[in-house]
Amino acid sequence: MRWRYLRHIVRKYSKDNNRFHVGIVGAGPAGFYCAQQLLKTIPGCQIDIYEKLPVPFGLVRYGVAPDHPEVKNVINTFSKTASNEHVRFIGNVTLGRHITLAQLKHSYHAVVLAYGAEEDRKLNINGECLTNVVSATKFIGWYNGQPQNKNIKVDLNAEHAVIIGQGNVALDVARILLTPVDILRKTDITEYSLEALAKSKVKKVTLVGRRGPLQVAFTIKEFREMLKLPAVSTNFYEGQMNTIENVIGDLPRPRKRLMQLMYDASQKLESRGDKSFDILFYRTPISLLGSDKIEGIELAINRLEGDKAVITNEKYTLKCDLAFRSIGYRSIQADPDIPFNRASSIVPQSTGIYSVGWLSSGPIGVIVSTMSNAFQTASLIGKDFEKGLLSDNPKPGYSYISKILKDKDRITIDWNGWTKIDRVEIERGMKRGKPREKIVNVDEMLKIGGT
Amino acid sequence: MSIKLFKYVTNFCIKSRVLMKYNLSTSNNEKLIKVTFNKANGEKVTAEGKKGDSLLDVIVNNNLDFDGFGACEGTLTCSTCHVILNQKNYDELPEKPSDEELDMLDLAYNLTDTSRLGCQIVLEEKLDGLEVNVPATVNDARNWPTFHISRHKTFYGFFPSCNIIVYTVFDIFYSS
Repeated sequence: MRWRYLRHIVRKYSKDNNRFHVGIVGAGPAGFYCAQQLLKTIPGCQIDIYEKLPVPFGLVRYGVAPDHPEVKNVINTFSKTASNEHVRFIGNVTLGRHITLAQLKHSYHAVVLAYGAEEDRKLNINGECLTNVVSATKFIGWYNGQPQNKNIKVDLNAEHAVIIGQGNVALDVARILLTPVDILRKTDITEYSLEALAKSKVKKVTLVGRRGPLQVAFTIKEFREMLKLPAVSTNFYEGQMNTIENVIGDLPRPRKRLMQLMYDASQKLESRGDKSFDILFYRTPISLLGSDKIEGIELAINRLEGDKAVITNEKYTLKCDLAFRSIGYRSIQADPDIPFNRASSIVPQSTGIYSVGWLSSGPIGVIVSTMSNAFQTASLIGKDFEKGLLSDNPKPGYSYISKILKDKDRITIDWNGWTKIDRVEIERGMKRGKPREKIVNVDEMLKIGGT
Repeated sequence: MSIKLFKYVTNFCIKSRVLMKYNLSTSNNEKLIKVTFNKANGEKVTAEGKKGDSLLDVIVNNNLDFDGFGACEGTLTCSTCHVILNQKNYDELPEKPSDEELDMLDLAYNLTDTSRLGCQIVLEEKLDGLEVNVPATVNDARNWPTFHISRHKTFYGFFPSCNIIVYTVFDIFYSS
């Protein structure tokens, strides 16, 4: 015990921590921010970041809307982290399929799970499998070129699209549907979705929420963008915004500003163009109507009891030709050994196995919250390391995992491989006047950057 | 195509060199403006910037290590360069925050009435000696890593290779 303690003290104060191995699963913002902070809290530790796809950056690449290129500037910081000599990127490896958690535990002193929340929540009502009922997550993956969603079926030959949910994902979908396609042409949106959006007939998008204006989940920046869209007028349903006027003054500043903006928008009656963006509150979808293709949504009218929506007997039918569900994400248990909390779909922290980002906090918050969460977890790992809670025995790190992958003939992509793919994408984009044209085919990515 | 590219690159090089010269010659005459950042862990960092620099520029140009600061690189799409001013300085700033800046501040931790985004505060002579508080991006106070690193430095300074030797000796001992 004493030797162990001494050994630990020595390690603590020697800068040479390079026998300490950390494995991170998921190369999204949470994983990269965690790695960035770990390099500081445990100087010299070896960090290996595994990613299911051949390419890094997770939702920054596949979630952030193409018309928000500034948000993607965080990639520069991530690339700096990845170029650190103590950080290794291993793309095209899936936890639970090519490697197991037990193998990771064998190879690393600390395992950090950062694989996010990829599954979208379902409505679980009749008609959910009708044609043109689309998951908003998949739709976003489709226009952003996410390989697994490049072939989803969505028919934009529709006039009225309804989005169920009132968060930023819902607003992203609405904005992409209503933005003039010529603006999108200058972004890194995929070419096939540009073609589809150019033929889009969508004139009206309705955002449906169970609760009222005070409970909306979207943030003010995204809502303000909707008000500024060319030729799109924002409309509210009659009587739904009047109630908030009296309470605005008592709200804390962030809510107050959003509510004021929404209220002011509801008071403007002039039409800005032939397209419209409608917001409908106090409605719960009870069934999706149609025989083959969606034709409408049957909604129950709710009333609020405190902060909760309660369904009444009154019903309301909304006709539409396209519907998106955008009611949140859920994390999956990628490996049976993961200490997964089924009730809340998150992985709680435990010594040796940590979680960051949406897998740890649930799928809420903007990138700042993910950053804060990742920094916090990294300092927790640092503290556990300080206290000597993490195994002091030498661990093999990537050398063990690489053997497993080699035995399985798995092609992997290292950071160098990604930079090759990156270069090709930027070159292809330049020809079309875009910042990049994403490669959507995994085989093609592997051909360019695989080792 | 390649000739065009070559021309573009050389042009760019010439231009940027010209700009560099211009910058150097003016910066010699120009007074540098001092800014002090009070970090959440109690540390004070003082740095200098030129007129026209934003607070974010000061941090980037001086290579200051502020965790996660300026994630969107000054494009008004995040709130990571959140700073808190005193009322007097806040009132004195020539530019009031825009709606877009306030929208982002609304997402910041520890928001106050005198909060601003560092990327939107532009330095000028009368701001010399400005002091701002940098709230923690993480809710706990992270002062232990600074302490940790400073210990390293002293240790290394005195006996550059000693700790590695000690480490190896113990390692052999322990594993046998």
